[in-house]
Amino acid sequence: MPLLQINNLNVRFGDASAVPVVDGLDLSVDAGEILAIVGESGSGKSVTMMALMGLIDAPGRISADAMTFNGLDMLSLSRRQRRKVVGKDIAMIFQDPMTALNPSYTVGYQIEEVLHQHLGLKGRAARQRALELLQKVEIPAAESRLDAYPHQLSGGMSQRVAIAMAIAGEPRLLIADEPTTALDVTIQAQIMELLVNLQQAHDMALILITHDLAVVAETARKVCVMYAGQAVELGQVPTLFEHPAHPYSEALLAAIPEHSLGAERLATLPGIVPGRYDRPQGCLLSPRCPYVQDHCRAQRPALEAQAHSLVRCFYPLNQEVA
Amino acid sequence: MLSFIARRLGLLIPTFFGITLLTFALIRLIPGDPVEVMMGERRLDPELHAQAMERLGLNKPLPAQYLDYIGKLAQGDLGESLRSRESVWSEFTTLFPATVELAFAALLFAGIVGLLAGVIAALKRGSLFDHGVMGISLAGYSMPIFWWGLILIMFFSVSLGWTPVSGRNGVLFDVEPVTGFMLIDTLLSGEDGAFLDAVQHLILPAIVLGTIPLAVIARMTRSSMLEVLREDYIRTARAKGLSPARVVFIHGLRNALIPVLTVFGLQIGALLAGAVLTETIFSWPGIGKWLIEAIGARDYPVVQNGILLIACLVILVNFVVDILYGLANPRIRHQR
Repeated sequence: MPLLQINNLNVRFGDASAVPVVDGLDLSVDAGEILAIVGESGSGKSVTMMALMGLIDAPGRISADAMTFNGLDMLSLSRRQRRKVVGKDIAMIFQDPMTALNPSYTVGYQIEEVLHQHLGLKGRAARQRALELLQKVEIPAAESRLDAYPHQLSGGMSQRVAIAMAIAGEPRLLIADEPTTALDVTIQAQIMELLVNLQQAHDMALILITHDLAVVAETARKVCVMYAGQAVELGQVPTLFEHPAHPYSEALLAAIPEHSLGAERLATLPGIVPGRYDRPQGCLLSPRCPYVQDHCRAQRPALEAQAHSLVRCFYPLNQEVA
Repeated sequence: MLSFIARRLGLLIPTFFGITLLTFALIRLIPGDPVEVMMGERRLDPELHAQAMERLGLNKPLPAQYLDYIGKLAQGDLGESLRSRESVWSEFTTLFPATVELAFAALLFAGIVGLLAGVIAALKRGSLFDHGVMGISLAGYSMPIFWWGLILIMFFSVSLGWTPVSGRNGVLFDVEPVTGFMLIDTLLSGEDGAFLDAVQHLILPAIVLGTIPLAVIARMTRSSMLEVLREDYIRTARAKGLSPARVVFIHGLRNALIPVLTVFGLQIGALLAGAVLTETIFSWPGIGKWLIEAIGARDYPVVQNGILLIACLVILVNFVVDILYGLANPRIRHQR
């Protein structure tokens, strides 16, 4: 049984007539596995994870056929029961580390808070453990950083603190929501390396939400490409990169600057993700798809198994089997 | 931090002179002089009037009077009341605890109720409670104190008879003024019911005086809290699996308090101004009532130095608030 299993997840803001932000999403993650979720802004990547963490507030509404984590039905848990899991067995780090830490409390306090909440550690024991966690995320002079305030830390350092906070409860699943987007390029690689090292050392599952396909290629085993709230392609990592079946996956890969070396302009997919009022009747990509057919405009495809991956497209690309 | 304190102290000197000049000028702009007022309707022999004015040193040209005044101040002499012949300082220190007691009770009331109302309104944004609190606080802010005080007296004291109409303590009790704070003195006196009686006397004036700060604090807390609850670190706190109470009070309110604290400090000035009216309505024997009477009697030394003392106090309180602000906000504390 997978560690995390999500079937037909829908998230709407408003009543049942509102356009879903996440639309019939299926996702599964095995223990110790790295899953990457890619897709442009507004494709519902973060909202999916917020739904899992129970961080969606009214008027947001969640429905799903199943959402199980570690054998627990996350949908039927009470808020109190869910809080015992969230922050401990499932932890999350966010995009902008400079605003993700509370400016009024020291780094040590914010880590010890998790230790107290989920492990019942207090006083000296909590402080000792917080120090170990800071060392584990490779913060230099960790001892002196315990009493530092977030504004005294750099972005990369803050993200390390956020990671220390997230792994404090020894989670089975760590969700990293664009963990390096707000950081300098030189720091990005260090943080990714740290995350992967921690993932291997603790045999955690890692869901990595990112725009950076190079990072996906290096780290993840499975990748889910999302577009306008739907998973459009779900596949194994080298395969999907070599044989992208969905036109959107292909466009994402083509948009990597390295693929446009020597060209005047970078490859792009014209247009934007459809919004609330211009949602097409057929395939959600149909207004932007270079391969669009009449059939695509009339009907919406389902996610189906193709030669190399699960694909939501009537006319998948690269289907020749080597 | 030290240079911060030094800079703030440096600003006090011009402020101090500004206040002396203003009070000196303003009280002399009011028609009539102390001798005229003292004699009232009776006709006064101009010669006697001139003699009295000369004795008080009020016949000199204004710049000379001002220099006399500043010269005395420089020696720490606040002068004496023209009416009672008591030194201004001793009158002030006798009456001041009453005002502090009233102001403190008002702030406590405004702070506790205002913070709670503001936090709940922010959490239940758009609800009936939210609109209710915001509507009432707008009304409270616009309320003329003297009218509001009289309405409360009519309702609670006269119609319902729940609280006394005026004063600090019932005549039945003989309370030794040890500290000057009635709540403490009544406890020390050991007389049965004296403490409760003092509390009853305090409730209405405290509510009247606390109404405007309450409205300001509630509105400020609400808007500050709404802003803070949208912050990323609140999401982080929730993602840690913390209880809603911990998220709201430890992570939210702590940060939302920073701007509220500033407003709180500014309210202390407004509070002392409000105390003048409130004390007059409730015959509360504090410095507000003392000043009103001094103005009526053109008691120049009392008015000048009483206001000067209050102004120094407001400056001091704001100074303390600035330092507290630094304590509440680590980002300010570490600025050099």
